[in-house]
Formats: sequence, C-alpha cells, structure tokens
Amino acid sequence: MSDDHGSVYDGLLGGDSSQWAFGTDFEDPLAGVDTTVPEGTDAALLAEYCLMLGDDALIMSQRLSEWCSRAPDLEDDIALANMALDLLGQARLLLTRAAAADPGVVPALPEGSPVPAEDALAFFREAGEFRNVRLVEVPNGDFAHVVVRLLLFSVARLALLERLQGSTDAVLAAVAAKGVKEVAYHRDWAGRWFLTLAQGTEESRRRLLGALEALWPFYPELARTHPVDQALAESGAGVDSSSYRDEMDAVLDQVFAVSGIDRPEGAPLAGVRGRMGRDGLHTESLSRLLAEMQVVARAHPSGRW
Amino acid sequence: MTTQEKAVVAAQEKAVGTVQEKAVVAVQEQAVVAVQGRAAEVAAQVRDPEMPMLTLADLGVLRDVVVRPEPEGEDRVIVSITPTYTGCPALATMRDDLVSRLNDAGFPRVEVRVVLTPPWSTDWISERGRAALREAGVSPPGPAPRPPGPVALTLGQTRRAAPACPRCGSAATRLTSEFGATACKALYSCTECLEPFEHVKEI
Repeated sequence: MSDDHGSVYDGLLGGDSSQWAFGTDFEDPLAGVDTTVPEGTDAALLAEYCLMLGDDALIMSQRLSEWCSRAPDLEDDIALANMALDLLGQARLLLTRAAAADPGVVPALPEGSPVPAEDALAFFREAGEFRNVRLVEVPNGDFAHVVVRLLLFSVARLALLERLQGSTDAVLAAVAAKGVKEVAYHRDWAGRWFLTLAQGTEESRRRLLGALEALWPFYPELARTHPVDQALAESGAGVDSSSYRDEMDAVLDQVFAVSGIDRPEGAPLAGVRGRMGRDGLHTESLSRLLAEMQVVARAHPSGRW
Repeated sequence: MTTQEKAVVAAQEKAVGTVQEKAVVAVQEQAVVAVQGRAAEVAAQVRDPEMPMLTLADLGVLRDVVVRPEPEGEDRVIVSITPTYTGCPALATMRDDLVSRLNDAGFPRVEVRVVLTPPWSTDWISERGRAALREAGVSPPGPAPRPPGPVALTLGQTRRAAPACPRCGSAATRLTSEFGATACKALYSCTECLEPFEHVKEI
C-alpha cells in the first residue's frame, strides 16, 4: 500500500479498501479524545445538549446540501456545499459526543450492526427525537431564502460558539473553537449576499423581503432558553441561549442598516403547549426531510459502507 | 552493626540499585527515542491527499508521533493528527495513509488519534510548505487573524489584503469566491495574466 492516489482503479481491482477515495469506513471522529464528563455536569443532560447543537448542524447541513448543483453560479454552489460540509463535521463530533456522554440516547440496532453511534443517531431516530430549532428544517425556497436562513442561523451559531469555547467540557470547547473560524465565513457570505440582494434589482429586493418575512417567525426560537441549556450553563458546560440574544440583534441590525431594510415585525411561530423544536415538536417538513435522508440507511441497518 | 550503620548500608544498597536501574532505563529510553525518530520521519513524509505538494508535517496537521514499547510483541506507534476543518473528509485518508506507510516501514502496530485542541491554524503551515504551495500555483495564506473580542461582521469584499498572483506575481488580483474546491481554499483570479488561482484562506 502507498499514499499514491493516482489510480482509483487499483482499489477496485485489488480489494484494498484504503484506496477508495476517502476510505470506506468512518471511524470514531473522537478517537483518542478524552470524553470524560466534567465534574458537576449531568451526563444525560450533556448528551441532550449535544443533540440540540448537533441536530441544528445536521439538519441545516442537509438543507444546504440540497442546493448542490442548483445555485445561480458555480462559485456559490461550491460555497453552499462547503458550508454544508463544515456543519456536517460539527454534527458528527457533537452526535458522537452525545453518545459518549450517555449511550442511552443511541437507538438500538440489530445485534452485530456495524453502524457507529453518530450514524445511528442521524439515521435511526424519529422526527420527534430530533432537538433542532425549526428554522433549519423548513423546505428550501429561492436563493434569497437560503441567504436569509443562513444569515439568521449563523448569527446565532457564531454567538453561541464564541461563548462555548469556555465550556468545561473539553470536547464542546474544542468543537466551538474550531467552529468559530468556520461559521465566521458562513456569516460573512450570508451577510454579503443579503446586502447584494437588497441593493440589487427591484426583483432581488422583493424576493429578499419575502424570504425575510417568511423566516422571521423562526428567529426568536434561536435565542430561547431551554431547561437543558440553562442547566448546562449553570454547570459551566453549556451556554444559556438567551444570553446572546442582544448580540444577535446587534449584528442583524448592522446588516439591516447597511441594506436599508427595516427589522421585520412578524410574531414568533408558536409552539404547541409550550413545546418547540428543542422539545422534539417540529413542522411536518422535518419528517419529509428525514424520510429522504434516512431511507437508505434504514433499509440496511446492518449494512457496511 | 548499629541501627545507624544499618541505615547507611541500606541507603548505599538502594543507591547502587537506583544507579543500575537508571542506566538500564537510560539505554531503553535511548532506543525508544531512536525508534520514535524513525517513525516520526516516516509519518512526516506522508502527503496531504488534497494538496499533495504538502506533507502532513508541512501542513501542520501532524501533531505528535510517540512510540510505546510493549514488553511482549511489537512497539505501538501512536500518531496524533488534527483536522484542518471540522468536516474535512480527507482526515480518514490521512489516517489510512499514515497506517499503511508506517506498516511498510516496519511498524505493524499503528494507532492514529485525533487531536481537537488547539484548533489547526494556517499559521502552522511551514515555510517549506508555503514555498511548495507557491511553486504549485497556489497562493499561501497570510497571517491568521486573531482579533480580541467578538468576531466582527465583514460585509466588505474580504477581510484579507489581495494576495499576489502566484504565477505572474502581480498584485492586481480579484476574489472570485471565499469557498473553493476544498474547504481550506478561496478562489481568486489575476487581472494581469487573467489566470484563476487558489488561495489557502487564513484561519
């Protein structure tokens, strides 16, 4: 074996799995990383918190990757795919961290199944078990829609990750430190396109305002305190979601001011008896998204990839 | 012998034992250091699968190579690498390449570990790596930004000064996209020689 990737056909003919483009087996992405739960933090709550942040990244990544080959130009097609990949990477680490903290969150699979915990969590949970905010799950619309969704999402995620760098949990702190650098690029991309569409043509501005009106009701949920993040914030491992609401508003106001757009006034999307995305209460679009994302894995619960 | 004498003898005996033990340990340590050096050399020569002009050492993702002697059986080589970006799909290939190259070099027991902190920075790309990038027509990164406080929003075109064209050296270059063919690169084009080129973006 060598690291000569010159001919993929060698791998096809020789049966040496390391010659496949990126290897065939994704091992534990936290191999060798200390996953001890910090003292004073409840392991089950930590796992739930990791699912919340991991599911946000996973579902947002899935929606962004649906844009692949559909963006208005090649550069932005690549940009959307890059951002989807960054978030998928964050999701992998966070779901793996959730499983390491509390193996009880991982769905049971047939005996002998080689499916790793992160895949079991991504592909074998029902919609009601996902803890993402509802902003990331609604179906894609036009280009203005993905620009607005990404702006609202990355404004919140960057504010969260900046604070999470100080987590007492070594894995969360590391994921955050890396994620800050990545999401800073996502937020800039979305902010620039927001400005471009606002100052572009009458049509681009009309579409931008339409997307903003449609997505604004999902914005408050991004900065709404949940008992899980509150408990984690008290133990030092997490961040209270409402603690960065002011910063999110300030960044958005900056974008709105430069773009000459007024802050929307639409009411927040209500929950059902107080339950929202973080509690597993979703819009029906999450089920449709999961049906497509999970169908192959579910058909082969003992499959090797 | 008095109690005092006994104590002195005991102390002497202990000292002799320690010296001998120390000598043995020192020889063992020397051997481990030599083996470790050889393993580190092999690991340092493995190339990045997406930017093959760079070795993993030049890219700064190779963090550590340690050899753990095993009383029975072969020594264990533990290699630590860090991802450039969280979702970098090349990490699995790097791991496979490290294992196979070390196996070929006579280290049958190789363990590759992922290190997440401190996060990778383009500042870790070596001088030799930067020269290799330039040679291959890829613009090397400038210093990574380390501003204190919250990350500022940049609505202007870019947070970096325009890099020079790696082909003709012209400073008249234009950003095409902050995202390129791999997670770590941006796309530029030169307005002098009109060639497009990639720039490794600062993180």
